Amino acid sequence: MSENEVYALEVRNIVKRFPGVLANDHVNFNLRKGEIHALLGENGAGKTTLMNIIYGLYTPDEGEIYVDGKKVEIQSPHDAIRLGIGMVHQHFMLVPVFTVAENLVLGAEPTKGWQLDLKAAREAVRRLSEHYGLEVDPDAVVEDLPVGVQQRVEILKALYREAKILVLDEPTAVLTPQEVEELFVIMRELTKRGVSIIFITHKLKEVLAIADRITVMRRGRVVGTTTPAEATEESLARMMVGREVVLQVPKGPAKPGDVVLEVRDLKVEDERGLMAVNGVSFEVREGEILGIAGVQGNGQTELVEAITGLRSAREGKVLLGGVEAPFRRPRFLIEHGMAHIPEDRQKHGLVLSYSIADNLVLCTYYKPPFAHGLQRNQQAILENARRLVKEYDVRTPSIFTPASALSGGNQQKVIVAREFSRPVRLLVANQPTRGLDVGSIEYIHKRVVEMRDHGAAVLLVSAELDEIMSLSDRIAVMYRGKIVAIVNAGEVDKSQLGLLMAGGQLQPA
Amino acid sequence: MSTPASYANPKLFWKRWGGLIVTTVLILAAIAYYYAREPHVTEAVLASTLRQSVPLVLGALCGLIGERSAVINIGIEGQMLLAAFIAFMVNVWTGNLLVAVLAGVFIGAVLGLLLAFMSVTLKIDQIIGGTVINILAIGLTGYFYQVGLSAKGKLNPIPLGPLAKIPLIGPVLFDNPPITYAAIILVFVVHYVLFYTPWGLRTRAVGEHPRAADTLGINVYLVRYVNVTIGGALAGLAGAYLSLEAVGSFDRLMTNGRGFVALAVMIFGKWTPLGSFGAALLFGFATALQTQLQFGGKINIPPQFIGMLPYLLTIIVLAGFVGKARPPAADGIPYEKEG
Repeated sequence: MSENEVYALEVRNIVKRFPGVLANDHVNFNLRKGEIHALLGENGAGKTTLMNIIYGLYTPDEGEIYVDGKKVEIQSPHDAIRLGIGMVHQHFMLVPVFTVAENLVLGAEPTKGWQLDLKAAREAVRRLSEHYGLEVDPDAVVEDLPVGVQQRVEILKALYREAKILVLDEPTAVLTPQEVEELFVIMRELTKRGVSIIFITHKLKEVLAIADRITVMRRGRVVGTTTPAEATEESLARMMVGREVVLQVPKGPAKPGDVVLEVRDLKVEDERGLMAVNGVSFEVREGEILGIAGVQGNGQTELVEAITGLRSAREGKVLLGGVEAPFRRPRFLIEHGMAHIPEDRQKHGLVLSYSIADNLVLCTYYKPPFAHGLQRNQQAILENARRLVKEYDVRTPSIFTPASALSGGNQQKVIVAREFSRPVRLLVANQPTRGLDVGSIEYIHKRVVEMRDHGAAVLLVSAELDEIMSLSDRIAVMYRGKIVAIVNAGEVDKSQLGLLMAGGQLQPA
Repeated sequence: MSTPASYANPKLFWKRWGGLIVTTVLILAAIAYYYAREPHVTEAVLASTLRQSVPLVLGALCGLIGERSAVINIGIEGQMLLAAFIAFMVNVWTGNLLVAVLAGVFIGAVLGLLLAFMSVTLKIDQIIGGTVINILAIGLTGYFYQVGLSAKGKLNPIPLGPLAKIPLIGPVLFDNPPITYAAIILVFVVHYVLFYTPWGLRTRAVGEHPRAADTLGINVYLVRYVNVTIGGALAGLAGAYLSLEAVGSFDRLMTNGRGFVALAVMIFGKWTPLGSFGAALLFGFATALQTQLQFGGKINIPPQFIGMLPYLLTIIVLAGFVGKARPPAADGIPYEKEG
């Protein structure tokens, strides 16, 4: 490429300060026409801040923005849209009760006189979806659509406003593997039609699969730009985190001891009264990790909720250390040495509006030293918080900060700190690293293996096959409410597990 | 609830409209039956139903355009009361009814603007903001009210030519004072604006998902200011109706809870203008019936109990006998811009 190439978009020396944080520190970034440029970085590295500046949601403190070689001022999303910049936000910006057509035209409505021309809006949906091969029904109400289709609507919204530059902020975070594949096909199709794409993510595999160029950010700065041909997962991870990252946590062979958790013929119903868990039996011993693999929605959630005391079962038993554990009595389980990292950390793991200090004693607040009779012992609670925040490396301005203000990785660390600071015989971890960046994933994985090595029994549930394979000693595959196979981790490969997860059978070797 | 769906499927059509059609037929049959037996009483009750519903429907329109943009207006009562007072005083001073009505509408709009300022700019809790307006109105009108003033004229019915001569329908629908006509027209105007114009689409988007609207370049604050201010003007018109059209003078606390009943009407009407109109008619009917029963003298129930009828209905409605209605998702939540 020549020296004075005209970029679709270029930012120079962007600086953005927030109270106490330098979110963007002299950032330079450019986007060629028709390329997919991945912007990679951990949570809090400044990617989203930069994109919000480009989209006019934030105003930069310093720096310049060029579109097609011309210097521009972007004060509001309105300006960005006018300049042909479209953004698909991580949390969709769709009105759930509106139809696809209404969402598409909102803010730039076609009219007949004073009247909203919904017929023209529907027509626009049809025309665009045909042109770009993105199929959607213009009259469908958005809240009834699957997430992958909602994302298509978001992309169509940008295209309707004639976006030439498309910013996709963590678009794959909410998608199933298959939807991710479909999205990639769409992205390639768009670039063929002259759209340039900025693809924000922290998933290394995806970057290598789709990007033309990769720019890595860390702590508000651009670390460097590379291409998939020159980079590997390891090198990208190193750039992101700033040190060597172990993508595969080292662990020695398991030394299984006595049975800690035993599940016998468990049957659990879901909200609709369907048998989500239909006769499941297994056991987990001290010093081993049993991974439960399976496509989401095959009963894992209900299984874990029954084991952890959040849901009652129809039939069957759960034994904890040989004692029959009652259902729907979480405190009993906690006092008998169960630790739980729940699937949805914001809903079930933390009280978001409580301070970190209070969140750290959610399981133990009623016992000494945190309580004297009816009174809380504030001193002990704060001391506990200070110690755990340090020990578990929770990055927070203070222990009085509400949990809602932390990043996902740090929220998860608070949960881990709380659960691991009690004597643990059984750890139940459900999707412990969902939505976290590589640094945090590495951290959580290390802690889980450590727990095992200290003699705890670990039940790990995850939809990420990589996670299951790298952590588990034994793997149980769940399909339609049943465990279809339990295998030793070293004896199967990924494709065999994939087959089992899809309801297939292993061929006897 | 937000948009008319397509009605190609007859099953869907009946599922959606069947209840409404059956109810309408039953009501019409009942009216015909009573009209055949007691034409004058029926006529009087129905005409009174419509007029009693006027302040309720105007109040409900005020509430719903505010809430559709996510601002809860609990100050409708105060907006009506102060507007009723100002409209009356202006009429006393100037003797001009039109100017008086406009003054009431203007004061309502000013109070709407005040609510918008408190809830959009200052981000005060909206219930508190509305309560401030209610207390302000009670205080001001109580302090400045003088006994013995009398209005110069009153808004009188205007028969609409030959239409007014049609039996039953004529006297009920086409022989009304001006604000009553205006209220009926406004129901359809608000319905049209809310569901068939870009402004309406934006208003509903701001009430459901303000951040989405913001990212599309819609000024969330402006939409809320405009809606709440226009809402105030509608409540002001309801106030002018009370002092200049219904009574012809001002009384302390003459709104008598109608601003709150209007909120019940709005909820019963599922935040839609047409639904609110229907609900207001039901409440209006309860009031009209109550008056008829008290003065008809045919039933031996203490008047205090009969007088409870409209309020009992409010309690029943709000206690959830009306099925599930979903308020706008962002209702009552102040919007914080990022960055």
